[in-house]
Amino acid sequence: MTPVSQDGESAAGGPETVSPDTASKGTIRVLQLYPRDMNIYGDWGNALVLQQRLRWHGYTPELLEYNVGDAFPADVDLIVGGGGQDSGQLVIQDDLLSRESTLKELAEDGTPMLLICGMYQLFGRFFKTRTGSVIPGIGVLDVETHGTDERLIGNVTVSSTEFGDVLGYENHSGQTTLGPGVKPLGTTPKGTGNNSSDGKEGARYRNIVASYLHGSLLPKNPAIADFLIRTAVERKYGSFSPGAPDDRYSVLAREHAARRPR
Amino acid sequence: MLYFSVPLGKLVRRVSRLRGGGSAFPGLVVEKIDPEFMQRTLSTLPLGVAVVSGTNGKTTTTKMVVELLESQGLKVFTNRTGSNFTRGVAAALLGDVDWRGRLDADIAVLELDEAHAVHFVNRVPPRYSLLLNVLRDQLDRFGEIDKTAQLLQHIASKTTGTVVLNREDPRVARIADTLDGPQVRYFGLDDSLLSTFPNDDDLRSGPGSPVPALPEKPHADVVLRRVGTADADFEYDGATVTTGMKLRGVYNIFNAAAALVLARSIAGNGTTPTDHDGLLKALSEVAPAFGRGESLVVDGLPLDLVLVKNPSGFRLGLKSFSAGGYATMVAINDNYADGRDMSWLWDVEFDSLREGGVDQLTGSRAYDMALRLQYDGVAIGAVDPDITPALAAFIQGAKDKPKRVFCTYTAMLAIRRELSKITTVEVVS
Repeated sequence: MTPVSQDGESAAGGPETVSPDTASKGTIRVLQLYPRDMNIYGDWGNALVLQQRLRWHGYTPELLEYNVGDAFPADVDLIVGGGGQDSGQLVIQDDLLSRESTLKELAEDGTPMLLICGMYQLFGRFFKTRTGSVIPGIGVLDVETHGTDERLIGNVTVSSTEFGDVLGYENHSGQTTLGPGVKPLGTTPKGTGNNSSDGKEGARYRNIVASYLHGSLLPKNPAIADFLIRTAVERKYGSFSPGAPDDRYSVLAREHAARRPR
Repeated sequence: MLYFSVPLGKLVRRVSRLRGGGSAFPGLVVEKIDPEFMQRTLSTLPLGVAVVSGTNGKTTTTKMVVELLESQGLKVFTNRTGSNFTRGVAAALLGDVDWRGRLDADIAVLELDEAHAVHFVNRVPPRYSLLLNVLRDQLDRFGEIDKTAQLLQHIASKTTGTVVLNREDPRVARIADTLDGPQVRYFGLDDSLLSTFPNDDDLRSGPGSPVPALPEKPHADVVLRRVGTADADFEYDGATVTTGMKLRGVYNIFNAAAALVLARSIAGNGTTPTDHDGLLKALSEVAPAFGRGESLVVDGLPLDLVLVKNPSGFRLGLKSFSAGGYATMVAINDNYADGRDMSWLWDVEFDSLREGGVDQLTGSRAYDMALRLQYDGVAIGAVDPDITPALAAFIQGAKDKPKRVFCTYTAMLAIRRELSKITTVEVVS
């Protein structure tokens, strides 16, 4: 068995991709939005993958959290937000609305963001529940979501021109439709995606990737993780010089996941 | 209809067992031809029905309650096969009733899956219920944990006698506020042990941070005060008693406190006084239910099976059983009974396996597990999704070491089947 360093600074199960002696190419500040209340489907996995891959590419990750009532940190380079239960969404709703202008500014400025499930919905214009009440979103994304009685559950493969096949798992009853201001992440040869009618999944706007998929999303889709990282680094340092992360388990996990039933 | 439904059901049960068929099918048949069979039979029991539900520990806790009650001389009917839904109960009943449909028992103690329990209690209001915990579990099947808590609340609201609640799980303890009929009793944990039970709300807070307690803790009927290597201290009736324990894992022993409260509630309601020495003796002899910390012997050394089916269970499993000196295998399947969504693996931290690494990974999602371990910096020996060769390689490669296998439900069934070819594995019928 390969010996592993105890500090968690390096990847195990494969060749070392970054020697601890190598000087860092720079620091990237990754902000988790509401990790306390919005973390229902392994959302930590996305933050962990960004943290580790930044290391493997030779950068120093700085992981930040923003929860209800916190001061909003300055100089954020990358934002990741996850899904929540209904109760979690209620808890953060007012606080999120109070951060509307900050988050809009960051988004328009090109800050890379990953928004999953509940946070995808709340970054849209509104969520209309089954009973007809309207929960306002912060309108960063030109999308709207309608609550339904139908729960869309199962494995999904998204075909994306930008990222290739995106693999994940969906579990939501809100159905989202895209306005002209955003593009879909891709189409769904397997699974449902945004809604049960148009065969589209997720949303792309500036450097935002929004999706219903968890699994978690980034571990099995390193192309998206590296897009977020590259964008963050280029915005901060002008250019990105990638490392060579060992993605053999990711390749195999993708192959096996793609063969699993819906 | 009524006169031949039982003989017919029993016949179907015999035939389907001869064919090695599923344990619930005869239940389906009798439910179709005689929908009142279950209610009618259970309503004849002098001490009624006790339901055990919650996310983790149902099977072992139910087994404990049964053995505790048997120590008090009670005849107990239970659904031992783990078919923990209504049809499974009907099937188990068919095995135990005589040909005229009579059940020779004082009480039924039934393990019920949260979702199925709701249907069950609507048909058969239980006299007792024991609600263990609400944790993140297979969200693809159960939905949000707040919804799961509502299911447990419904079970409690249908209970006619005593509801036993976990004082330390806020979602379960709060159920008491919604009840006005049944009596409420709690099982509890010493403050010093609280940190060994992370709840999902603390998932992302710093290590070692305390579990938020209820504003005011109600009195608990039984409190687990201390867990030793082979014994434990329980406090009840104002005194602390020490008893040996065969059960392993803090969470199993906490559930022993739960079982004690329920058994005391039931036994204390009879005409004869509770035999406390008998209860403790029975408790010390309870062995884990299959796959729940079950220890088998391979090549003269222990091989422990630890069932993991949700993040809290996996975290508790890692915490309860130190990795030191053990060879480790992890088997992750994604069949329906395991949960198809792999997200839960990302809610478990695997730092404790970093020192020794993991020798073998297997199961249909072996590579998802490999990817998970890679991101936590845990070294990986071999990966083979096919369980049979993976298990053989694991045993061959670690002949001189005790072994531990963390496995999801269907992976555990496959592993037990394989192990039964080379060692003694308890047959569960």
